[in-house]
Amino acid sequence: MRRARAWLALAAVLAACTALAQERAIPPGELKSGSAFLGSDLRALQNDDFANPGMLWVERGEKLWSEPAGKKTLACASCHKDQSMRGVAASYPKIDKANGKLLNLERRINQCRTERMVAEPLRYESEELLALTAYLARQSLGVPIAARIDGAARAHFETGRAAYHLRRGQMNLSCAHCHDAQWGKRLLSETISQGHPIAYPAYRMEWQTMGSLERRLRACLSGIRAEMLPYGSQEYLDLELFLAWRAQGLPIETPGVRR
Amino acid sequence: MPARIQIPREARRGEVIEVRILIQHPMETGYRHDDVGHLIKRNIIKVLSCRYNGVEVFRADLSSGIAANPYVQFYTVAEASGNLEFTWVDDEGQQGAERQAIAVKG
Amino acid sequence: MKRRDFLAGAAGALALPGAALAQVDPLDPLVRAATNGAPVNKGKVTLVLPQLADNGNSVPIRITVDSPMTAADYVKSIHLYSERNPVPNMANFYLGPRAGKAEINSRVRLAGSQRVTAVAKLSDGTFWYDAAPIVVTLSACLDES
Repeated sequence: MRRARAWLALAAVLAACTALAQERAIPPGELKSGSAFLGSDLRALQNDDFANPGMLWVERGEKLWSEPAGKKTLACASCHKDQSMRGVAASYPKIDKANGKLLNLERRINQCRTERMVAEPLRYESEELLALTAYLARQSLGVPIAARIDGAARAHFETGRAAYHLRRGQMNLSCAHCHDAQWGKRLLSETISQGHPIAYPAYRMEWQTMGSLERRLRACLSGIRAEMLPYGSQEYLDLELFLAWRAQGLPIETPGVRR
Repeated sequence: MPARIQIPREARRGEVIEVRILIQHPMETGYRHDDVGHLIKRNIIKVLSCRYNGVEVFRADLSSGIAANPYVQFYTVAEASGNLEFTWVDDEGQQGAERQAIAVKG
Repeated sequence: MKRRDFLAGAAGALALPGAALAQVDPLDPLVRAATNGAPVNKGKVTLVLPQLADNGNSVPIRITVDSPMTAADYVKSIHLYSERNPVPNMANFYLGPRAGKAEINSRVRLAGSQRVTAVAKLSDGTFWYDAAPIVVTLSACLDES
């Protein structure tokens, strides 16, 4: 009886995987990072470990990692000590086993700060939060993004997927319209990318500074003349999970340089 | 102001070495507007100077035409062991400094 | 006012990229600030810009001057000019015999397709220049965030 149940469970998982695999608008073999849609100069800038402006934030993040903060005078390094953080960023967004919440890097950092370090949370788009997320993501350079969507994450994944396919704004477009159906084609003078999150936080030319994935999503909403949700909205987080699943297998390349 | 300097750690005397510097600074042009329509005041790095063991070997006058988080690469002759020290000032009078040591053999 | 003089001085300044490069007008007030009216010759300077900028906010630029960079013969300064930016004198770089090699790399902002000019002052008091055209396109979506 147990064996039969085990086989049933396996069959169900396989069916789910296959079903999802069939639903990928861009097959794994055709996934392309945003770097593939840059001009040669910006791609060269991203690949220049010294001149990539995002590295200024990565370096700052490295310093902040060891700086004590809050009532307990703890630094990130106090608990994480010599622990390698390689692969950590590539597994986000993920469910915190302790409280069942879906977290991205920003929320995880702030959860650590408020709960363990008893320190003030860092504001979205603050220099410190950008620096820490950039530093952490950089530790996963080259690691394929691999977010899990099973268990408690499944509901968030479904919400994120619905958000990705929802028509919005004056232009009545969904993410899928451009990034699934029209990637590789021209929009005015630019080539539409597949819209992957693997280079974030990224140095965007339009901002002339570093910005988070959430900031980029807000810019997309602005671009299609839709209302921008406030920073920290659950919808962004669920969408981030969907985007991570959608980009599965692409290596992290933070800090990206983007237009 | 955070900055990164890249020079070789060591060089032969007389060797021409590459010097690179990247400074974190918005180089605010003075032509942008904030979200309520007010002009954001110009704030750029005006002068950047490099001294090699106290002697100025490179200087640059910059304008708003230099990209944000300015990057400059130039060359200098490795004369003696010591320090390359960069200093810069912006419109608000904020001063920045960063140095890197070099060992010169021969 | 200075900007209009600059444009008027350089014949065909608003010509499409790829058109014949006009001469640098040595009497132009901007250039004269660096040259004091001395003639500016084409040569010795090589200005390298991409033909098409990915983004006008950060364009890589390289200026090289053919000079032995000895105590007797070296590049004193390099002056960079834009014909369309609100601030035409983009940067001045001061070198000297201790430079060893007269080459500067940087990243600049360019306000639209235009010709960029680099003028070098040598230790013998002569001035040399190079100019390069570049096409600069705009981003598709406006970012208000």
